[in-house]
Order: sequence, then structure tokens, then C-alpha cells
Amino acid sequence: MQKTRIHPLGDTALLAELGSRLDTALNTRAIGLAAALRKRRDVRQAIAGYSSVTVHFDPDHATQESLGAAIKRLAAKRPKMEIPGRLHRIPVVYDGPDLEEVSTALGLDLEAIVAAHTRPIYRVFLVGFVPGWAYLGPLPDELELPRRHVPRTQVPAGSVAIAGLQTGIYPLPVPGGWHLIGRTSVKVFLPSSDPPCLFRAGDRVKFFSARPAL
Amino acid sequence: MKGVLRVVAAGLFTTIQDLGRPAAISSGVPAGGAMDRFAHRAANLLTGNSPQDATLECAMSGPHLLAEESCLVAITGADFDPRVNGAAAPMWMGIFLGRGDRLTFGGRRSGARVYLAVGGGFEADRWLSSRSTNLMAGRGGMHGRTLAAGDLLSTATERSAPAIAGRYLPPALRPDYSDHKLHAMPGPHVKRLDAEGRRRLFSAEFKVSREADRMGYRLEGPLLATSGDELLSFGLVAGAVQVPRSGQPILLMADHQTAGGYPVVATVVSASMHQAAQLAPGDPLRFVQTTAAQAARLRLALSEALSTLSAP
Repeated sequence: MQKTRIHPLGDTALLAELGSRLDTALNTRAIGLAAALRKRRDVRQAIAGYSSVTVHFDPDHATQESLGAAIKRLAAKRPKMEIPGRLHRIPVVYDGPDLEEVSTALGLDLEAIVAAHTRPIYRVFLVGFVPGWAYLGPLPDELELPRRHVPRTQVPAGSVAIAGLQTGIYPLPVPGGWHLIGRTSVKVFLPSSDPPCLFRAGDRVKFFSARPAL
Repeated sequence: MKGVLRVVAAGLFTTIQDLGRPAAISSGVPAGGAMDRFAHRAANLLTGNSPQDATLECAMSGPHLLAEESCLVAITGADFDPRVNGAAAPMWMGIFLGRGDRLTFGGRRSGARVYLAVGGGFEADRWLSSRSTNLMAGRGGMHGRTLAAGDLLSTATERSAPAIAGRYLPPALRPDYSDHKLHAMPGPHVKRLDAEGRRRLFSAEFKVSREADRMGYRLEGPLLATSGDELLSFGLVAGAVQVPRSGQPILLMADHQTAGGYPVVATVVSASMHQAAQLAPGDPLRFVQTTAAQAARLRLALSEALSTLSAP
């Protein structure tokens, strides 16, 4: 087991790295550690990454050293994810503009792509990048592709995309370099709700193939 | 709630900001808030407000505002040549505007962002516990957008304490925005730079490119080559200097993306972020390597300057 490594992120934050693998168990530990850290009075915010926690702290009540030592002790206890992940079932119409390219690049026909993409129950590793974006994975190996050479300047909201061993749903019309394989009518960014996001880190997501609405 | 200031002309990029929404980071929503927290807090204190109250942040040019009611205001941050009814108006000082007075700005002389507070704080849409404007989501502030001609700005609360004009921040305590040295601590991935890259990072002059906004500044200057495997995405902070594969560093600012996977080679300390906020495209800057202890001294100096403004 790798040791927890503490790196300063300026004078009011630090990065606690639990490891460097894309690994569901490691991510579970990061989410549990972030939840435990948020209860501390000297911690303003703790955000789990794939395998790390970014901790914003109050520099008048903690130092890098004191908090870093406390994080290492806490990480060794492996605090549990506070809220068990919920399961979301998401309908997808697999008619994305990149399907043909993806099919050629992977040597898989449309049916095989849909079968592979709908097979796993994905983990929400983290929510971030843009409002409502959730990094989902791991993707089945047979769907692994590098990002597009030329990113799109705007991807429509609701697009379902893949890149590397990850998949995700674009919450807003934003630039993006992932391969668009489908779309969903489910809204993942909910600006009128608090929190404004359908997914939480630690949730699980299962896609299923849906027919386009008439 | 009462309308006090009418926007005659909005300026280039004027938004309503407060101290942001740090709790929203876990939903991928940037914390946002005033870029120059020192100027924002000072303007609020000079008008008898609390630091959380909303101010106007005016980037690169100032607005033209007409007072529809008398009010106490304070102008802080960049020097855009503020004028009341055409006559030079003092900065870093609480001043009264009478009904019919016009606040205008002659033009940018130094810095990049002016802050304007009004006694009682600006009323605005609240989103996720903050009045800060988030343009990407179109929420908070003035209906999620920059100000426009015709908007009427209102105060959030009726003042309970008497409004006192003339309170000011002594010139010696005002930030020197012509100082373009940003104190920074080495970042988690500084070892991904070779020795030459590390030397350049903390000695070379960089320049803010035209791609500079509230999300971050792309920097021009020596390229910083990084090595190593792709990183798994992790939570980012304002002040982080991240280096994409192009080698051209990006300094993350208030509306930065909340997570990313580029190496972070340095982080500008909190007490230099108000200086960073006042950099405009074309401005030179240097990163000066510092320690947590030195950052604490810088932070203390800023909070002591502000404490002179707290109500007696």
C-alpha cells in the first residue's frame, strides 16, 4: 500500500495523494477521507479527486505540518464513504456524431459499442471541471481511445462521450475533446437545486439504450 | 431594498461579486467571488458593510453610474481615474453621492479591476449561498450576466449604523499594484520540470497574454517542459500555475475549473492574489519562490491593514 503524500498548494490548501492508479477502491478511500476532513474545524473544504484529496484550510488555525500529520493519521484509519453511492439509470440514444469514427478506430460495429458501453456499472470518480460534470469509469478496455485531435469548440448539453478509460455526460454546452457516441435527456446540471448536480462522487451509473423520442 | 444607482454605461466587463461559494466546488461549480479580495473587503469596510457584502467588479474600464438616491460609496482597487460630476474623486475612501450625481471613470491608469461598494451592499440574485455572478451557469449577481445600460442597482439592507463618509485607508497601507512579483510556493508536480525549467519558473519574466479572464491567465514567456505520465484529475485551487502539454503555463484565477489533470508546478500564495488580480494582458510578472512562513507574514500585513478600517 502506498503511503499518503502531502504537497502544499500555496499557503491555504494542500494535496493529499493516496496513490496514482485509476482504481475504484482508491477513489472510495479518497471520498471517505474528504468526508472525514470536512468535519474538522480547521478545514474549509475537502474535495476528493480520483486518488487524492484537495484540502482548503484556515491558515490561522492550522499549518501544513499539523494538518498534513493529521491527514496521514486519518488516512491510515480508512474512513468510510459517509453516504453510500446511489445508483442512477440513464437512458442513452446512441446516435452521436462520432460513432462512425469510433467504430472504425475500435474495429467494433454499433451494436458492439452499445453493448460494451451499457455493460458496466460505472463509478462517479469525481464531480468537477465544469458545473455538473462527472468523471465516470472505468470504461471497458475495448472502448479505449485517445481524445480527439481537434477538440470541438462547443459540445451540446446532454452529449454522452468517451475518452481514455472514462465516460461522461456534458452538463452544459462547453468545448470538449471527447468522442460523442450518444445523448441523454436526463439533466445532470440542475442550477435550481442545491447541490446543483445530479451526481455525487461515489455514486454509480448504469447506461441503457433508449429509442429516440418521437 | 431600494434602487440607488442607475447604470448609464456598464463598462467593458462589470459584474457583481462577493466572497464566492466555496461549498459549491464539490458540484464542479467554481467558487468565484471578487478577484481582488483586499480591494473588495476594503471597499466594504469603508462603507460600513461586512466583507461578505456584494461589490461591483469592473474590469479594464469603469461604468457610468447615476445616483438616483443619495448613498455612501467607496472606490478601491485599480486606478481608472474616478470622477464625480467630472471632478477627480478620491479612492480608498468613503464618499457621499447625492441624488443626481454622476460617477464616471476617465480611463485606466494602472491595475485591471476597480471595486465599488455601496453602504448596505448591492442586492443581487443569490445562487448557492452567494451573490457572485457565474456567467457559465448564468446565475447569481445581475441575473447571471454582466451589467448593462439601464440596470438599476439596489442596496441589500437598510443601514442600521449611521453612514460616515471620509473614512479612508492611509496611502502607506494601500497595495502597490505596480509590483508584479507574485510570491509562490513550489507545487505538487514541480519535480516534473527539469532543472532548467525550475530555474526559469522562479527567475524568468512572464507576460499575461490576451487570453486572460476571471478563469485564468495564459502566460507568455519561456516554455516549461514537463515529463511523466498523465495525471489523474484532482481538485484545483486559485493561484495554481498549471502547465499543459504546450509548456505555456496558466495561472488559475477565481472562476477556474474546479478539477484538472495538468501538472501544478507552483501556487501563488493568498497574499499575492490581489496583486495577480490587478494584472492586465501585456503586463509582465515574475514568480518569487516563498515559504509558508513568509506567506503567513504577508497575510498578516494585509489583515492588519484592513483591521484599521473595522468599525470602532
